[in-house]
Amino acid sequence: MNHPLEKYLRMEVFPSPFCSGCGHGILLSAVLRAIDGLGYSMDDMLFVSGIGCAAWIPSPHFAADTLHTTHGRAVAFATGAKLQNPNLKVMVISGDGDIAAIGGNHLIHAARRNIDLTVICANNSVYGMTGGQLAPTTPLECFTSTSPSGNTEPPFDLCKLVEGAGAGYVARFTVAHIHMLIKSIKAALEYEGFSFIEAVSPCPTQFGRMNAVPSPVDLINMLKKDFVSMAKYNKMPLEERGSLKPIGEFVKPDVRKSKAG
Amino acid sequence: MKYTTETIPSALKPGDYFMMGDEASAEGAVAAGCRFFAGYPITPTSELMVHIVKRFEEVGGKFIQMEDEIGSVGAMVGASWAGGKVMTATSGPGLSLMMENIGYAAMTETPMVIVDIQRAGPSTGQATRPGSGDILQVKYGSHGDYEIIALSPWSVQEMYDLTIEAFNLAEAYRAPVFLLADEGVGHLRENFTVKGEVEVYHRPKAKGLPPFDTGDEDMIPPMPAFGEGEKLLITGSTHDEWGYRKTQVSAVHDRLVKRLVNKIRVNAGKIHRWEAHFIEDIEYLVVAYGISARAALKTVMDLRKEGIKIGLWRPITIWPFPEEALKEAAEGVKAVIVPEMNHGQLVREVERHLSVPVHPIAQVDGEIMRPETIDIRYLILDI
Amino acid sequence: MNVMFCGFGGQGIVLAGVILGKAAVFDGLNAAQAASYGSEARGSACRSEVIISKGQIVYPHIERADILGVMSQQGYDLFQEKLKEDGILFYDDSIVQVKDEVPFEQVGIPATELAIKEFDKRIVANIIFLGAVVGRTEIVSMEALEKAVRDNVPEKFLEVNLRALEIGLKMG
Repeated sequence: MNHPLEKYLRMEVFPSPFCSGCGHGILLSAVLRAIDGLGYSMDDMLFVSGIGCAAWIPSPHFAADTLHTTHGRAVAFATGAKLQNPNLKVMVISGDGDIAAIGGNHLIHAARRNIDLTVICANNSVYGMTGGQLAPTTPLECFTSTSPSGNTEPPFDLCKLVEGAGAGYVARFTVAHIHMLIKSIKAALEYEGFSFIEAVSPCPTQFGRMNAVPSPVDLINMLKKDFVSMAKYNKMPLEERGSLKPIGEFVKPDVRKSKAG
Repeated sequence: MKYTTETIPSALKPGDYFMMGDEASAEGAVAAGCRFFAGYPITPTSELMVHIVKRFEEVGGKFIQMEDEIGSVGAMVGASWAGGKVMTATSGPGLSLMMENIGYAAMTETPMVIVDIQRAGPSTGQATRPGSGDILQVKYGSHGDYEIIALSPWSVQEMYDLTIEAFNLAEAYRAPVFLLADEGVGHLRENFTVKGEVEVYHRPKAKGLPPFDTGDEDMIPPMPAFGEGEKLLITGSTHDEWGYRKTQVSAVHDRLVKRLVNKIRVNAGKIHRWEAHFIEDIEYLVVAYGISARAALKTVMDLRKEGIKIGLWRPITIWPFPEEALKEAAEGVKAVIVPEMNHGQLVREVERHLSVPVHPIAQVDGEIMRPETIDIRYLILDI
Repeated sequence: MNVMFCGFGGQGIVLAGVILGKAAVFDGLNAAQAASYGSEARGSACRSEVIISKGQIVYPHIERADILGVMSQQGYDLFQEKLKEDGILFYDDSIVQVKDEVPFEQVGIPATELAIKEFDKRIVANIIFLGAVVGRTEIVSMEALEKAVRDNVPEKFLEVNLRALEIGLKMG
């Protein structure tokens, strides 16, 4: 029997290029499970991605229209396609370097316009494809190939950034919280406006090895430990939060409406 | 594959109009069927954007003011693949930012029209003053090998006509096409004539064929749109005929880049446009384009009154350069003079194709080329 | 016929040239209008050139002007050398002080003063000035000029501008 997601994939391109233990394969399947759950047709979907490992999640794996763009520009390309043909369901999937560093300007302006796009930022805290360089999402003191003595620059909180810019749906989950992630992708796709999900995904090859956590299992367990529910996080005294980060839906359409009202 | 043609009524009522070149170009775009514009404000081009916004409100059309020029061309690629005829307009500083995605458009064979109203550079330079320093940038500005098409208007009439032509060429050859104008023409107001009908081209379409190489002789593959069920794979990386990345296969890269270059080079004879004035029995030939050609024609007419046998040859297609026509026009002349509002850009192309002495004349002071700058009597005495 | 208007940004110098050019086209003539100005929207030196011709306009810029209209002292000082010896210089005499010993004819128009007095709107001085130039020289027809004003002025300012034009035409 075939895998139930095969109909969404170009099977001839497998195996995927992702390293063993990379979280992007889990994210790939989460996106397709969300689409499957919603009953969307891949013929109505357009997947846009930039440059980097995560940009390869849709291109060439997804059996749909895919636009693999220049580095950082996926959101701008997606904006044009959506504007020209509003019937397209447009999803951007790309990495943190792509979307938050070189593409940061396009990201905040698309959020400001609240244009109907779903942007999934696969955040692995590092530039994987080019050899493990510092990203704007690398946590403080972490080691990368361009911060050999530890990172001294505070990272972006992408969800706060995009919320501040005006996005109508903002969430963070990790690939270790797969059911919540799928549910969130569904909510993002259903929202008619700019939706953003930071999908935290481990990179054992570049980030793990350089930070003494080379085992994929350890990295997944770290995600489970380091990311706590928004409700729990909010109740925690500040001194207990430390390097913990909240997951959850930070901006939801109804919440936003009540804020505006 | 071949593009299709259609004759449609002109968007403007036929007749004579008095408009700025920037505005006439916007009218040409509307006439050619352009209904998508992504842009960013810049002097001396903003008038085009402002005018097309106004016209889109009348005729329907999608407009977006992007966060920068990088985003403008990105949005155009997305919209072009979503089926639209797309345009942006800029000037030097914006053009520099656009280069990244113009290379992407060339690589993915995405039709689009980019209007460059050249101003005096480098850098911010003189925002409101003319220049023609982008002649080489439009051809070579993005990295790697590719060919583009660039048309150079010298009047408001041509700002209208050549914008229509630019859209048709973009559709026919699936390539980015520049309307390579200058501030002198962009901000000039003149009367121009709008005819009743316009011939427009539409990109080749076909179902189930590879969108990046069909093996056809003319090298132009069909271009489906997003949402048509073709499961398009579009990438700026080296790709095969179906769009699959083949970045490690030298034969695929070789074939792809050769076709990107040759689809313009082999068809250059069909793309070339030029114009000659007073070139019978000449001893001297002026080669000029854009607003400089207006000054050159004035000089030529004045010198001919004095009995000097001089003529003007004006490339309308700057890229691909119409070298055969130039060789014919320059046959047997003593010298060729190339006045430009830069320190010698197109003159290199002229020199490359001719064996007679070629004299560049540079006027780079932020003023429109003056007829007296091209006064070549001193040259004739020297020769 | 080569006409040049000079002043500073915000006076409507460019608009005066545009209206004149358009009027010429309404009269069935060829026209070319070009402007030179700085990036600032207001206050920088600015000039507007109009060429009107029955035949083809080869070079769309003015080497020597038949008519020079100046609405700033700087315009007068800088551009009077562009005027042909048999040309006419129009100047806004509420702004510009002219020299006596010049080879060409000088005509003073109190455009700004009248604009303030009649309309309490400095901004219509350009239309009064243009009206006076055309009234005196008849380079375009009155009908075409009025049509061009209607074409270029927003509806809510039209009446004021048409009255300003009339004042100008009469003065010329």
